[in-house]
Amino acid sequence: MRALPPAFDDWFSRRGWQVHPHQQAMLDRAGAPALLLVAPTGGGKTLAGFLPSLAELADGAHRGLHTLYISPLKALAADIRRNLTTPVTEMDLPIRIEDRTGDTSHTKRQRQRADPPHILLTTPESLALLLSYEDAPRIFAGLSRVIVDEIHALSESKRGDQLMLCLSRLSRLCPNLRRVGLSATVEDPAAIARFLARHPDPCEVLHADPGPDPDIAMLQTDEPPPWAGGGGRYAIPAILEEVRRHRTTLIFHNTRAQAEIFFHHLWLANEDGLPIGIHHGSLSREARERVEAAMVQGALRAVVCTGSLDLGIDWGDVDLVIQVGAPKNVKRLVQRIGRANHRYNAPSKALLVPANRFEVVECQAALRAVRDHDLDGEPRGPGPRDVLCQHILIAACAAPFDADDLFAEVTSAGPYSGLARPDFDACLEFCATGGYALRAYDRWQRLMRRGGLWSLRDPRSARAIRMNIGTITDAELLKVRLRNRLGGQPLGEVEEGFAASLTPGDTFLIGGQIVRYEGLRDLTVEVSRDPGRDPKVAVFSGTKFSTSTRLTERILAMFGEATWPDLPGHTADWLALQRQVSRLPGADRLLIESFPADGREHLCIYGFAGRNAQQTLGLLVTRRMEDLGLHPLGFVATDYATLIWGLDPVPDARTLLDPAALAEGLDTWLQGNAVMKRTFRNIAQIAGLIERNHPGQRKSGRQATFSTDILYDTLRRHDPGHLLLAVTREEAMRGLVDFARIAAMLDRVGDRIDHLHLTRVTPLAAPLFLEHGKVPVEGAARERLIAETAARLMAEAGLA
Amino acid sequence: MPDRPGLRAAFPSGTGAHRIAAMNGHRFTLSGATLSALPSGALWWGDRALLAVGDLHLGRSSRIARLGGTLLPPYEVAETLGRLDADIARTGARTVLCLGDSFDDLASADLGEDHRLWLTRLMAGRRWIWIEGNHDPGPVALPGEHLRDLALGPLTFRHIAQPGARGEVSGHYHPKMRVAGPARPCFLIDASRVILPAYGAYTGGMDATRPPLSDLMGPGAIACLTGPTPCALPLKGPR
Repeated sequence: MRALPPAFDDWFSRRGWQVHPHQQAMLDRAGAPALLLVAPTGGGKTLAGFLPSLAELADGAHRGLHTLYISPLKALAADIRRNLTTPVTEMDLPIRIEDRTGDTSHTKRQRQRADPPHILLTTPESLALLLSYEDAPRIFAGLSRVIVDEIHALSESKRGDQLMLCLSRLSRLCPNLRRVGLSATVEDPAAIARFLARHPDPCEVLHADPGPDPDIAMLQTDEPPPWAGGGGRYAIPAILEEVRRHRTTLIFHNTRAQAEIFFHHLWLANEDGLPIGIHHGSLSREARERVEAAMVQGALRAVVCTGSLDLGIDWGDVDLVIQVGAPKNVKRLVQRIGRANHRYNAPSKALLVPANRFEVVECQAALRAVRDHDLDGEPRGPGPRDVLCQHILIAACAAPFDADDLFAEVTSAGPYSGLARPDFDACLEFCATGGYALRAYDRWQRLMRRGGLWSLRDPRSARAIRMNIGTITDAELLKVRLRNRLGGQPLGEVEEGFAASLTPGDTFLIGGQIVRYEGLRDLTVEVSRDPGRDPKVAVFSGTKFSTSTRLTERILAMFGEATWPDLPGHTADWLALQRQVSRLPGADRLLIESFPADGREHLCIYGFAGRNAQQTLGLLVTRRMEDLGLHPLGFVATDYATLIWGLDPVPDARTLLDPAALAEGLDTWLQGNAVMKRTFRNIAQIAGLIERNHPGQRKSGRQATFSTDILYDTLRRHDPGHLLLAVTREEAMRGLVDFARIAAMLDRVGDRIDHLHLTRVTPLAAPLFLEHGKVPVEGAARERLIAETAARLMAEAGLA
Repeated sequence: MPDRPGLRAAFPSGTGAHRIAAMNGHRFTLSGATLSALPSGALWWGDRALLAVGDLHLGRSSRIARLGGTLLPPYEVAETLGRLDADIARTGARTVLCLGDSFDDLASADLGEDHRLWLTRLMAGRRWIWIEGNHDPGPVALPGEHLRDLALGPLTFRHIAQPGARGEVSGHYHPKMRVAGPARPCFLIDASRVILPAYGAYTGGMDATRPPLSDLMGPGAIACLTGPTPCALPLKGPR
């Protein structure tokens, strides 16, 4: 067993702490080249990760950077710096700890490059940027350990793929670099170990004691949840009561917009004036920091939050977690619950608040899954090539490179270990010449081969490449500021599309206050405070989780039960009503309902195939409807159903769902639709075809949308084999298209399709009407509507 | 209302239909000249067999590449020329007038061999006029007349609209407008001028309902959308 330096033992015993077994295990295996620790939230993971570094640095002999810590959140990096500084100061260790994120000042970042601290805490994007500098070998000289925190979250995204490419580069700069991953409880630790390992070497996995089962239940309310909608506003009195009864409560919402609306109404109902804050990713840094500071001081009784608090910031005394809205994914729910009672070996307490009747069913299914330790997860495919393209450009910024060397380096990264050489060469070709069939750009290549090494043709282009590092391609956001004499306090950000829909005088919610839109100036939304009570709500692009396959299976199984004694009466009654006026979907049948509503004909397909597959089903079926002259106008998809509306009724939906007909032409026509264009847009940005940020100016997001759509169409027509189209297709088929799940569903139900014609909206279909993310169908119906709108407006204006 | 463009001519009374036949486009009169705003974004003056197009921005992708920017798909010249070719064939134009910013910059006029041949073939047997724009402020090494602006009968053709002008046909602003979905390029028409949408493939756009375009257009101005359903609607007012 490896002993800690005496100063550490003293410090632990002064605090009455003991080194946890898994922390000791991390010390014992500190020499391992790759090590993954799986521990429940609150298990002292972070300290376990840092202890070996602190022990190695305690004698003050190390010069330069020793440990690089990477977290998916800027706030987490800052939080860890504070938490680490305490033991380091108290033990009087000669260790310099600094964080470096997009929020770090320019001066400080310059100094960090010249004189790196012993421990640097940063994000994947900031690391990629550091690696793009010519002096990267000097910055990272001496680096001995890299700690990837919350690796379970990173391993699900392109940010993680980029990070693993960065680690492959770091391992080349520092051959003895040791990798440590810290993960919450996951269903497949071996997959994360493969992700982290330096291939072909293995990665050892350590499991901490999972701790006691959580104390989790559905919140009982006097008023039943509404028939439809989200946000859980009905539960406010009961939630306030729980907040009163506990020290500190975290109230999680699935989207930012719902968090805002809920917070607004919670505050209106908060007659005792309990100190309650709000925290989400669209708020300004100042606003978030205020809440974080108040939270750390224990000054808040509750925080309304979103996924921005999912990851390991230590919130001290949280003793209750409330999840408003269906958890969608059991693994994430378990991790969220762990935020309560951030102490090892104490059960976490959590309450689920379904936002509507359907979510009651989903919450019940999730409770059963948590009790059964039935975690869910979908395997990810190989590392995406758009991220690789960006990595190649970053490599070229740092120094001229040899293609063979870079290929060897890239394939040592877990997600790219299976990358074939021709695929790598196609990415390099894309970076160099655009990769077009028509080799038009030989004169103006981006990368050139000189003396066997690839380098930037124009070294000045490094600046543009650096400005566009990263794989997060959220909707374009505009800052919101209060308009006043002093220049205006920043409040947060809203989507550009939302800002464009505002006219002066409109009100919306941000940071829990109602503001009035005054105007747009220099890409900033200027607002004033408004005392009104009924805001037009900001449409933030909150993350939409999709319900996992396991959870959907549990829901369908519940529908098959004769009665539902576990469910609250109102929900059991609702399901019974659905069974009475229509039917309940089942695992081996497909239910389809037709009904008129809002002057349009509706078709609701309960495929329970997950949001992406239901979305694709919407695209495929509307296309068939278009061909059949049924004038579809649009559709919306959720995890359990697709709702299509159009101008004409559908006589027999079975004809729309013939598997052979659906599969036929999938590849040809799917390409023209909005989902593919959105996927292409993200890929084009990541791969460097479109620059989101230009030196000296910022292109507005809408312009970027416009041009990527045109680029997509042009490429498709003139160069259908282009790399980025191939990547788009691959990503869409795996993610947004998910055709395999449709095929599996149709295969499962066979000819057991029930198409019911009803006179009005059914209980189960009602929530779909309030879903965001409606997809318009660009077809004859839209042309008809345009003509109708134009005619009406001309008539109203007296011009016709 | 003597100044109002001849809207009624375009919409036979009593039908209420504003869907315009794709071949003919939206017909209106400007200073006595009868013009058609074609669904492709080109303007057709039938009496003179003249086809006017705005802002082709040929060579945009190669200019960006030349300046060290990203390597956009280099197919926009073929895309734009293809549409122009189709419009010329469909209308049988005897004069083609490009309203400036025909090239993304003067160096972009150095099109590749294939495209220069294609353009030469389009020019053969008809009058071809290049109006200067802010992107291409000088003669290019291509056949055709190079002019700052052109007065032809009651109309004046220039790149950028001038306040107070009458019977003016111009481009420059790339107007677009949203109706029941994403924005589409549009013509802007009032009693004294028409502003053409950008004809080139890789061109952005400017919201026609906001300044400066909304200020430039007089009361009663209409926007005429390009695309599969070319249709006219009021520029100002509720939507």
